[in-house]
Amino acid sequence: MNLIKKTLDEHSANPVVKYLKTNLGILTAFLIMFLFLTFASDKFLTVQNWINVARQISTNAVISIGVMSAILISGIDLTVGSVIALAGCVSVKLIENGTPILMGILTGVAVGTLSGIVTGMIIAYTKMPPFVVTLAMQNVGRGAAYLVANGAPIRCTTEAFEKMGTGYLGPVPNPVVYTVILMGLTWFILNKTQLGRHIYAVGGNREAAVFSGINIKKVEIFVYTYSGSLAAFAGVVLAARMASGQPAVGIGYETDAVAASVLGGASMTGGIGSVGGLIIGALVIGILSNGLNLLGVNSFWQYVAKGVVIIIAVYIDMIRKNKA
Amino acid sequence: MENGIDQKSEILLKAEHIDKKFPGVHALKDVSLELLKGEVHALLGENGAGKSTLINVLGGVFPPNSGEIFIEGKKTTIRNISDAQREGIAVIHQELVLVPYMSIAENIYMGREPKRNLVVDKTEMNREAEAVMKRVGLNRDPSTPVRELSIAQQQMVEIAKALSLDARILVMDEPTSSLTENEVNILFSIIRKLKADGVGIIYVSHRMSELFEITDRVTVMRDGAYIATKNTKETNADELVYLMVGRKVENYYTRNFREPGEVTLKVKNLSMKGLLDNISFEARAGEVVGFSGLIGAGRSELMQALVGLRKYESGTVEICGQLQNHQNYHKTIEKGIVLVPEDRKKLGLVLINHVAFNTTLAVLKEFMVRGTVNRKKENEIIDRAVKTLRIKTSGNEQKVGTLSGGNQQKVLIGKWLATNPEVLILDEPTRGVDVGAKADIYEIIDNLVQKGITIIMVSSDLNEVINMSDRVIVMKEGRITGTLKHEEINQEAVMHMATYEGGGNESNKENAG
Repeated sequence: MNLIKKTLDEHSANPVVKYLKTNLGILTAFLIMFLFLTFASDKFLTVQNWINVARQISTNAVISIGVMSAILISGIDLTVGSVIALAGCVSVKLIENGTPILMGILTGVAVGTLSGIVTGMIIAYTKMPPFVVTLAMQNVGRGAAYLVANGAPIRCTTEAFEKMGTGYLGPVPNPVVYTVILMGLTWFILNKTQLGRHIYAVGGNREAAVFSGINIKKVEIFVYTYSGSLAAFAGVVLAARMASGQPAVGIGYETDAVAASVLGGASMTGGIGSVGGLIIGALVIGILSNGLNLLGVNSFWQYVAKGVVIIIAVYIDMIRKNKA
Repeated sequence: MENGIDQKSEILLKAEHIDKKFPGVHALKDVSLELLKGEVHALLGENGAGKSTLINVLGGVFPPNSGEIFIEGKKTTIRNISDAQREGIAVIHQELVLVPYMSIAENIYMGREPKRNLVVDKTEMNREAEAVMKRVGLNRDPSTPVRELSIAQQQMVEIAKALSLDARILVMDEPTSSLTENEVNILFSIIRKLKADGVGIIYVSHRMSELFEITDRVTVMRDGAYIATKNTKETNADELVYLMVGRKVENYYTRNFREPGEVTLKVKNLSMKGLLDNISFEARAGEVVGFSGLIGAGRSELMQALVGLRKYESGTVEICGQLQNHQNYHKTIEKGIVLVPEDRKKLGLVLINHVAFNTTLAVLKEFMVRGTVNRKKENEIIDRAVKTLRIKTSGNEQKVGTLSGGNQQKVLIGKWLATNPEVLILDEPTRGVDVGAKADIYEIIDNLVQKGITIIMVSSDLNEVINMSDRVIVMKEGRITGTLKHEEINQEAVMHMATYEGGGNESNKENAG
């Protein structure tokens, strides 16, 4: 371990090395889980299983992007789970009622965007704590989803729409393709634009950001709008995959999204976090569920396992940061 | 009261051969310190000299790797904060650690509230608190929430808390860094009283004039090592600076005065409800205009209004003949007026991010356009700041929070110089900065005015204002009470305007006396 660390220190200018170094803890955890599952289950290291894992984590990965962005500005977005349900229900209902497919998809995403704008504006202008605002908006979104769906799942019979969630690009499932594109887009925003630097500045020291001439309100509204749009998109894709708009879907998804962000190195106090870390975080949560399934562990125990893993990972990360 | 101490005074604290290593840093190398009963003993050194580590060792924050500590001749080990408290050592940290929503009494007796039948006895607690508050001259109701107190009064609460713990050894880390002259005088009278009671005080400060006023002996540290202990009466500032820096610092204040140029900043009748009253002044190219006054005189608020960080009700601000009609700071920056705020950690820097990030934060649009990042341009901006300001870093990727105070301040100044301002406002530019970096900052200021930049310098350090300013504007309670030309500037004149001019309020007069 020390030797690895030393070698990494010597080449810290290299971006790959830098990535390995900042995510050393979670990568080690990932590797251990990976090796263990490879030997414990002969189904784990198969192409089919990995395509499954990738498809399963795609929803969480996409909403995690938004949640991590909110965490980066020392906020949080708890609306994502209910936005998934709302957007899915809106799209399926419109399409089943004869709206053109593309129009249905866009309207579903637009509803999530609107929810994000409202959330962002409330937070930016009233300065209420994001935790409270997004918790309240979570209820609004869930209620709206049930209202749109009249309290029951809406069946989808439009095959062309379902393809959006069930289709493939070559061997890669469509949801995975979207995830890769959105991860790339987010990396670009965070690393290549002024907005990205402003996001890190607002989370790193809000007052210093104000005194640097950064428009905090704009940054906040953008982040919550972006998160709302992404969650809505994930919701539409999920509805297409399940061939139904389900008002009860997505309950508790925000927990997995927060977990993926934190496992990926995001700091809950803001200003620290990266897309690279997030990918690993989402993967760890993904293979944890997958591995426990393959081992035939009761699904209720999976909740317990997830909770324990989060606490251990964050604690290890904290110790590591204090040392550095 | 006399500063001198009785030769036969007994030794209160003796720390010998204290050694402390952190991963990668040898913070204390065989350091020794002796404190007598009723002595005020200064601990002097640049940032990073090991003063804080030594304080933390004495206060029980972390135990030393080796070395011995004797209290009144008895050998003791201090492994944690409660050990230190039991030995009668109390540390008053630079950043005060009180709970703002709780009362003075609750803060003083936190964790050891007087109880009657499991319930906190508030009457008893307030009565006891009043007694210790009296010892430090704090005349407030003990049930007042701490957030309603001034910084100076909060400090008194900290001292009262230490006394209530029967502290015989009081360690004060930069106690005057956020106090006004008046408040400093009050603090000094408290210190003299404690001295008379036989309390030993370890006094950490960068301000040379204070050391000569209040301390009996000075111990100088450098790079984690003990350098020398001197009787304050038998030494002088030059010698102490020499010991501290390890080399001669010539021309502590660098300033070449010459005739200023055109008017660059014109403020007329600016008013802000309850804070600023009809402020008018001008500043010229190549001029340093100092702003003096007590804390709360409205200086920082005025500066924030000038750049558009605060809204004002009436008045006009002109930059280079152009009327300002600003709503947002990011628009004002383009007009060429920028503010280097006070309190770099809170308002200035993103400490968890690196030097490069912080230096370029205000000029991102110069190298980031629609998703393209011009790395060459970006590095140019950073290198220019690092080079012209002589910022000492291990590289542009070093986290700003790990830099010394002086280098942090330089990064902050560099960040704003990158915007090429016409008018640069510096609010307390050298607070909490070590001697070497201070001299550097003065030189930077002089270089900038030579280039024709206008500098507005808000400072509570009178020597700095006197030595650096072409003109000094003195404020009191939101009004300008006087302007002094360079040759007219002296401490008495400034203090007079800051406290009495135009009718002072009662409490100020009382405190000054």
